[in-house]
Amino acid sequence: MAYSSPEIMEKVKKILAQEFELEPAQLSPEANLYVDLGLDSLDSVDLVVALEKEFQFKINRERDEEKIRAIRTLNDIVGFIEAKQAEVLG
Amino acid sequence: MAQRVYVTGMGVVSPFGLGLARLMQGLDAGASAVVNMKPAWESSLKDLQCWVGAPVPEGAMDPKRIPRTFRRSMGLTAQMAYFAAGEALEQSGLGETERASGRCGVAFGSTTGSVHSLANFFERYYKDVSLRDLQSGSFFQVMSHTSAANLAHAYGLRGRVFSTDSACSSASQAIGLSFEAIAEGRQDIMLAGGSDELHPLVSGSFDLVMASSMRFNDTPHLTPRPFDRRRDGTVCGAGAGCLLLEGEGSMRRRKAQPLAEVLGFDTVADGANLAQPNRESITRCLRQALDAARISPGQVGYVNAHATGTEQGDAAEAAGIAEVLGAKVPVSGFKGAIGHTTGASGAVELAAALATMHRRSLLPTHNLEEPAPECAGIRHAQRGEAPLSDILVKNSFAFGGINSVLVLRSTTHGL
Repeated sequence: MAYSSPEIMEKVKKILAQEFELEPAQLSPEANLYVDLGLDSLDSVDLVVALEKEFQFKINRERDEEKIRAIRTLNDIVGFIEAKQAEVLG
Repeated sequence: MAQRVYVTGMGVVSPFGLGLARLMQGLDAGASAVVNMKPAWESSLKDLQCWVGAPVPEGAMDPKRIPRTFRRSMGLTAQMAYFAAGEALEQSGLGETERASGRCGVAFGSTTGSVHSLANFFERYYKDVSLRDLQSGSFFQVMSHTSAANLAHAYGLRGRVFSTDSACSSASQAIGLSFEAIAEGRQDIMLAGGSDELHPLVSGSFDLVMASSMRFNDTPHLTPRPFDRRRDGTVCGAGAGCLLLEGEGSMRRRKAQPLAEVLGFDTVADGANLAQPNRESITRCLRQALDAARISPGQVGYVNAHATGTEQGDAAEAAGIAEVLGAKVPVSGFKGAIGHTTGASGAVELAAALATMHRRSLLPTHNLEEPAPECAGIRHAQRGEAPLSDILVKNSFAFGGINSVLVLRSTTHGL
């Protein structure tokens, strides 16, 4: 099943809060993961693992590398998941 | 020698809990931290013979006190090292600027990287020969220099970083080599120590070489029994110990309080056996460490023994001490109460031994009721007995045939 954008955003916020111990108040859709939330390259690896687990699909690190690198904000993650959902559902 | 070297901070995590005060409380009470681990272990390793261990009590450490960006790369062993080092740093009053000066380093060792993390790593790997889904911190938790590297990162140290992974000599070698680095003027300050986890695979490894206690599974508080007639092997424990070593110049500039002076150190290869320390290599190491310290055997006031509770190890150590130091100097060890904290033991036990030197009231060897004839040639310290002088000798002997001896002077009576 495909999640709606607000559903995806809620799940992304939950992952960020749990995985990186961030305060819910910090998690605005425009917050920059690296500048505003202080994540780094190791965190981005763990974020991918957590997204795979939550949304039950595999992210191909080679094929998706550029898209993952382009992610900056929570909105970008939601966009990435939506595209991935569309791809999985054909 | 460019400068004299002092201990200006000490910290431990032990089977009695967090901090040196807790450790001393347990030792002074004559308590045992050894418990039966069968309920926790049997699903991980079915055929252990030694079912007892000395874990750090649950809840003693709150890992959440470590900032997440440091914690993610730490397994249990590095977390314990973090708390032990934190206590030592706090006692020494060392600030951020001095830590980042490039003249402050760290030497820390353990038998391996985090055993719990290693077990998780290989559990994942063997499922379908893949490392997929493992978190990015996994590697940093299992690498052999995990404690040293994580401490440097977490405490902002910029000087030398090295790891002395020599099993039960890890902490003593870290302290000894740090002492030499400072004495030679290459560093001003070093965090030095060791840490190791308790895991059924660790106890299983001691089982494998028949070095573990197996006759006291139902009466865990009665084992290990260093130097005792009924000793039947050692018991593994968990912990971390850290000493902050500092050159005289830095210590005086900072007006820091010395707890002890490190006088000498040596470490030698046994040369004969990987598993059993022999008397010859022990006496050689003791003599060389005393020579390095310019201390004669008659000046030694107390020996904190390695004394694991194994049949041959204790006998060889007692014979070695008797040969070099004679039968007058009081000797005791702490493993009877806290088990063998392996890579941490050299620092955990040294910190506790220094505490007893400061108050000039020694502790006996826990569970030593009737000295075995082969261990009777030394003076076994009695509770409350005073050391003969301020000079302390600390022994550590490791699997792999690696002996280490440290010689220190307690600064109870000033510099």
